[in-house]
Amino acid sequence: MVATVHSSTQQLANMQLVELVWLVPLLPLLGFITLMFFGRRLGEPVAGWIATGAMGGSFLASLVVFAGMLGLEGGESGERIVQVKLFDWVVAGDFNVDIGLLADPLSVTMILFITGVATLIHLYSIGYMHGDPNFSKFFVYLNLFAFSMLMLVLGDNLLLTFLGWEGVGACSYFLISFWFTDEANASAGKKAFVTNRVGDFGFMLATFLAFFAYGSIEYGEMFSGTPIAASTATAIALLVFVGAAGKSAQFPLYIWLPDAMAGPTPVSALIHAATMVTSGVYLLVRINPILAQAHDWAPSLIAWVGLFTALFAASIAVAQDDIKKVLAYSTVSQLGFMIVAVGTGVYVAALFHMITHAFFKALMFLGSGSVIHGMNDDQDMKRYGGLAKLMPITAGTFLVGWLAIAGIPPFSGFWSKDEILVGIYANNDIFANKILFVLLLIAALLTAFYMTRLVILTFFGAPRWRDEATGEAPISNDEAPISSDEELPARHPHESPWTMTLPLVALAGAALVAGGLNLPFTKDLHFLEHWLEPSLLGNEFHDLPPGSTKLMLAVIATLCAIGGIVAAWKLYFDKSGGTGPDAPAILAQGWGYDDAVSNFMGGPGSKGFDALADFDGKVVDGAVNSVGKLIQLDGSFLRKIQNGLVRSYAALVAVGAIGLMIYFLVVSA
Amino acid sequence: MELTSTWYLVLAAILFALGATGLLVRRNPLIMFMCVELMLNAVNLTFVTFGNDLNDLGGEISVFFVLVVAAAEVVVGLAIIVAIMRRRNEATADDLSVLRG
Repeated sequence: MVATVHSSTQQLANMQLVELVWLVPLLPLLGFITLMFFGRRLGEPVAGWIATGAMGGSFLASLVVFAGMLGLEGGESGERIVQVKLFDWVVAGDFNVDIGLLADPLSVTMILFITGVATLIHLYSIGYMHGDPNFSKFFVYLNLFAFSMLMLVLGDNLLLTFLGWEGVGACSYFLISFWFTDEANASAGKKAFVTNRVGDFGFMLATFLAFFAYGSIEYGEMFSGTPIAASTATAIALLVFVGAAGKSAQFPLYIWLPDAMAGPTPVSALIHAATMVTSGVYLLVRINPILAQAHDWAPSLIAWVGLFTALFAASIAVAQDDIKKVLAYSTVSQLGFMIVAVGTGVYVAALFHMITHAFFKALMFLGSGSVIHGMNDDQDMKRYGGLAKLMPITAGTFLVGWLAIAGIPPFSGFWSKDEILVGIYANNDIFANKILFVLLLIAALLTAFYMTRLVILTFFGAPRWRDEATGEAPISNDEAPISSDEELPARHPHESPWTMTLPLVALAGAALVAGGLNLPFTKDLHFLEHWLEPSLLGNEFHDLPPGSTKLMLAVIATLCAIGGIVAAWKLYFDKSGGTGPDAPAILAQGWGYDDAVSNFMGGPGSKGFDALADFDGKVVDGAVNSVGKLIQLDGSFLRKIQNGLVRSYAALVAVGAIGLMIYFLVVSA
Repeated sequence: MELTSTWYLVLAAILFALGATGLLVRRNPLIMFMCVELMLNAVNLTFVTFGNDLNDLGGEISVFFVLVVAAAEVVVGLAIIVAIMRRRNEATADDLSVLRG
């Protein structure tokens, strides 16, 4: 008896901890408001420290929520699904939307890695944005972004998620075109915004349809009620996928992400690698009961689109010379992996890869920022080389990220990528899953290949630049000097300040050990899987092959990774200052897809849209305006009666009274 | 000759018609105002007549209400007319047409 009382008070205490979840988005919001009003006065670096502090506080709050949730009963009990209603938002008849937060294992996982990575990137930005005239404005946007992202994952209904969804989209736009005086940056921001609108359209339609089908857009009510018809579920799932394809940069809407690299590098790391681009994957995982109810071909379609994106983007990444472009296409490709996992129904693997990817890709983006910083803002890898000795921390941490994304055990990327591969190998409900498996393996091989190319061109081989001070290429013992020094650009590479290297080290540590979140060996080591169980409502695909098959698949995947690395090493490692063979031009141009879209939109597309706008202006607006004109015309006649002469009003009243009298007399008679 | 209620009603009708006609044909605001009073009192007369005829106090009570409202109307209306006359001497009702549509 005493024991029960004790445990229930403890449970209550844990519940209260979880209910503190509102602190998580509140702190970045406060940071945003403070910086918006006082940021310019606070200036550098105080504004940056305030933003970082707000983010760090948010991370601590996430840890508290996490600790509280660990104390609650997991599994089927449903105790770990906590809804915190803050206040009414939209109340209109049957349509009722609250500002409410949903703390469950899925959202808590998201807020943990979002706030963690965001804190590190805020800290990094203090060093990276040093000397920028708009230093404080940058942090205003970063905090606003963090707030929106947290609302996206914590919202307990589709509309609140959509609010966060639009918020991150807007911040992405602000930050991509942060240096907007350059035409290219401004138009990259516009491109991202417009492309995302296409996806948002799908999200909105999905929300309307969900309200139609379920009578509610709150996740808890949607998924606890009666299942809906398979065709409706399919429609909702595919519309959400359109939204996810926009945000998570899937074919055919991925084109904005490579251009988004025009923004400052911390932005690329935070928004376009670790957090915002994963929100599409998050949303698909969130609505997993709808995916489960949909027709079988819908998940297959999602998986195949993911696969195509993964392969397509990986092939483009092979041929890019801009270091950030390689990483951008790599992100598109890795997001494709996650979408494959969602389509396959291995949601845990999707989340797992999302987390490990957030670590190692944020790490590599920040590392590339450090390199770009050291190389006078030059982003062309062909003018790098031999930087490992001069930037030891950047290089060392970058190598961890490289091995992680390539899928070399025991780095984190290996474990998460392997789970996706096992899942797609085993799930026979997916159309042609074995072919998909093989193609995905090729994408993984390409990943190892292009990342090795990047690492070699940047950190190894002979320097393809000359020292700013001495005017000569640095000569080291094992590297031959390069001739024709005159044409080499002058550089002064140096390691970055501690605010930039500390996040690198922290992320490298995370990228190294994050695989431990969900080790495949025994059931007890599936930490992430057990943890996420309440959020997945039994829709996770469980029918995995026996251990021996898994081991074989892991060995094949590792061999592929090693094959990719060795091939790239052979092709690109060159001590004499060469940059290896050029990839086919068609790859460098991204298969011409981007140009085709631009040409279409510039030519027939824009004519079509002009015609639509014309239709809108003349027919739709015309109808509305004509009604208005008609009323105006009537009014211009009627206003003559209102002539301001009291006696004429009196006369009208008299006439009316007499008229009424006659009417009543006639009727009564 | 006995004065039946018909007489009173006819008198009321004549008074009302006089008031209404005056309101329509005269342009002096003060006269128009008096015409309105005439119409109101014509109605009062019918109220009292019917109250007496039907032995119902409601008729007389209504008259009190009309008187109160008429008193209030006089207070406001006369004040407005005086204010207008101060600004524009010899203004007629037809000149005060600034509120036309």
